[in-house]
Amino acid sequence: MPLLEIEQLKKSYALPGGARHTVIDVPWLTINEKSQVALRGESGSGKTTLLNLIAGILKPDEGRVVVDGQEMSALSEPGRDRLRATTIGYIFQTFNLLQGYTCLENVMLGMSFGPGVDKPFAETLLRRVGLGDRLHHRPRQLSTGQQQRVAVARALANRPKLVLADEPTGNLDHNNAREALALIRETCKENGAALLLVSHDREVLGQFKMVFDLARINKALSKETSEESQEAPLP
Amino acid sequence: MTIWHIVFKSLRQHLLSTLVTALSIALAGGLLMSVWSVKEQAQATFTQVNGGFDAVLGARSSKLQLVLNAIFHMEASPANMAWDDYLEIKKNPNVELAVPIAMGDNYRGYRIVGTLPEFLQKTEYAPGRHFALHAPSRIFDATLREAVVGSFAAQKLRLKRGDTFHPYHGLTFDEKEEHAETYVVVGILEPSNTPADRVIWIPLEGVQKMGGHKVESVEELSAVLVKLKSPIAGRTLEQFYNKQGTRLTFAWPIGATMAELLNKISWFDKVLALVAYLVALVATGSILASIYNSMNERRREIAILRALGAHRGTVFGTIVLEAATIAAVGMLIGFGFYFGIMSIVGEIVRAQTGVVLDPFAWNPVLAWAPAGMIVLSALAGIVPAFKAYRTDVAEHLLPIS
Repeated sequence: MPLLEIEQLKKSYALPGGARHTVIDVPWLTINEKSQVALRGESGSGKTTLLNLIAGILKPDEGRVVVDGQEMSALSEPGRDRLRATTIGYIFQTFNLLQGYTCLENVMLGMSFGPGVDKPFAETLLRRVGLGDRLHHRPRQLSTGQQQRVAVARALANRPKLVLADEPTGNLDHNNAREALALIRETCKENGAALLLVSHDREVLGQFKMVFDLARINKALSKETSEESQEAPLP
Repeated sequence: MTIWHIVFKSLRQHLLSTLVTALSIALAGGLLMSVWSVKEQAQATFTQVNGGFDAVLGARSSKLQLVLNAIFHMEASPANMAWDDYLEIKKNPNVELAVPIAMGDNYRGYRIVGTLPEFLQKTEYAPGRHFALHAPSRIFDATLREAVVGSFAAQKLRLKRGDTFHPYHGLTFDEKEEHAETYVVVGILEPSNTPADRVIWIPLEGVQKMGGHKVESVEELSAVLVKLKSPIAGRTLEQFYNKQGTRLTFAWPIGATMAELLNKISWFDKVLALVAYLVALVATGSILASIYNSMNERRREIAILRALGAHRGTVFGTIVLEAATIAAVGMLIGFGFYFGIMSIVGEIVRAQTGVVLDPFAWNPVLAWAPAGMIVLSALAGIVPAFKAYRTDVAEHLLPIS
């Protein structure tokens, strides 16, 4: 059953001269519940913009984004905020943890705008990502890899149906990247969340059975009509 | 994790600027409350203090000078009046009590006032309250060189029962003007919170016959304190002394005379209040500047909150609440400043006039000033809150290059 459906999605930005530059033109994309999908995209390919459109942070110029049966793109901004807070988890390349908050508080913050704070569940998540003894540490007291684990726990805190991961291993060394990716995939699976991960790292993309190439599905880049989503063999 | 938690975290993260801003609010709020409270308490107290008398009779002068001199022991005596004038008003059927006083000496700056023992015995300085003495004190003997010392004067001069002192000539202290007479302290007054607390009371004859005083002083007085059987009788006496006579002034009623003085200097209150309002305005402006300046570094934080699902309204409310919280914390500290300022001002007023201001007395300003500062600060918080409201989430979530 599709969890995420995108149809004729377009997003452009105004240029200084008044002309508009189209960065996203995705005719069609579907992701099923509990599936794990990777999106291959180089820098500047619009992958972050696409994730922000899916998360409802940005509003598309045209087209539809349907998440869990609700048309995100048709909702008001507070409606999009609510849907994001209850349905979507977001993992960023730079983790985006709040420095003044402890690990536990960062995770609980991920709950507070959605289903409500569940401290035992937050502690369980942090223990699951191997930070049971770091609950009350602040981000700056953690290694880069540990910070990413907190970000993973926070993304799952609101029991999302869809986790968006934007270059989640981009700031990690090889070993940490491998561990983090495994952790993201495992925890999403354990919590029944679908995963949409964007990356340009071949090794990361190689872990996924289903990989979309943004260069193909985003007509703004390829100028070609994207084909139906398909399992694309890695180059 | 509530909005309060987010506000608390933010304030803690910017602890130094939070404290500095809260302190500026505290100072402004404390000052505003103090100015207002001193003004109102002083007005109420100075127009109510009459030492238990309705009027003052003295030599021809202004009513205000008479009242300040005879009741508040502040001004110099305009001139002396005759003993016979005292006897005359004492016999007036409208007068319940007439007490003569004579001045002209001091002890180390504290005024010595000669009077009759009945002043200390019969004066009802406040409804139902008469002067009381510290045990085992007693009232001076009118025929001896004995003194009863007001509580404040005794405390400042460290005088106790059995101590002796030599008066100094004049109303201001000059070491070279020491009189030869020796007085013994026989009594210390309990605090009455009236100007009498600042005075050393001795027998009337003591002042009249003090060595070095003019010979005619023996038959002269500085003023007569008058308590009427019916306050309305004052109008008749005022007519008699002020309109028909030319030698004496009858200052009645005492409260109205003081109110007249306070009205004359009310512009000064207004200037003080205006300064306090401006300081309060500047302090709330500092909240605006402090939070506004921190917005650039906080935009990423705001973007993260928004990405986690926080509404724009939540972010806006958080900043406004933050401004209001700084003001609330500031006003809590401000009460400390208020009590400090009131204690210092109260001590000065007491030392100068004997009138006591109560720092703990309730005044509506203690409610409306904090409420006003919090509302004003919340309004000031709207400017940075609007900046936070407009934060571009996608732009500020991008990795920092």
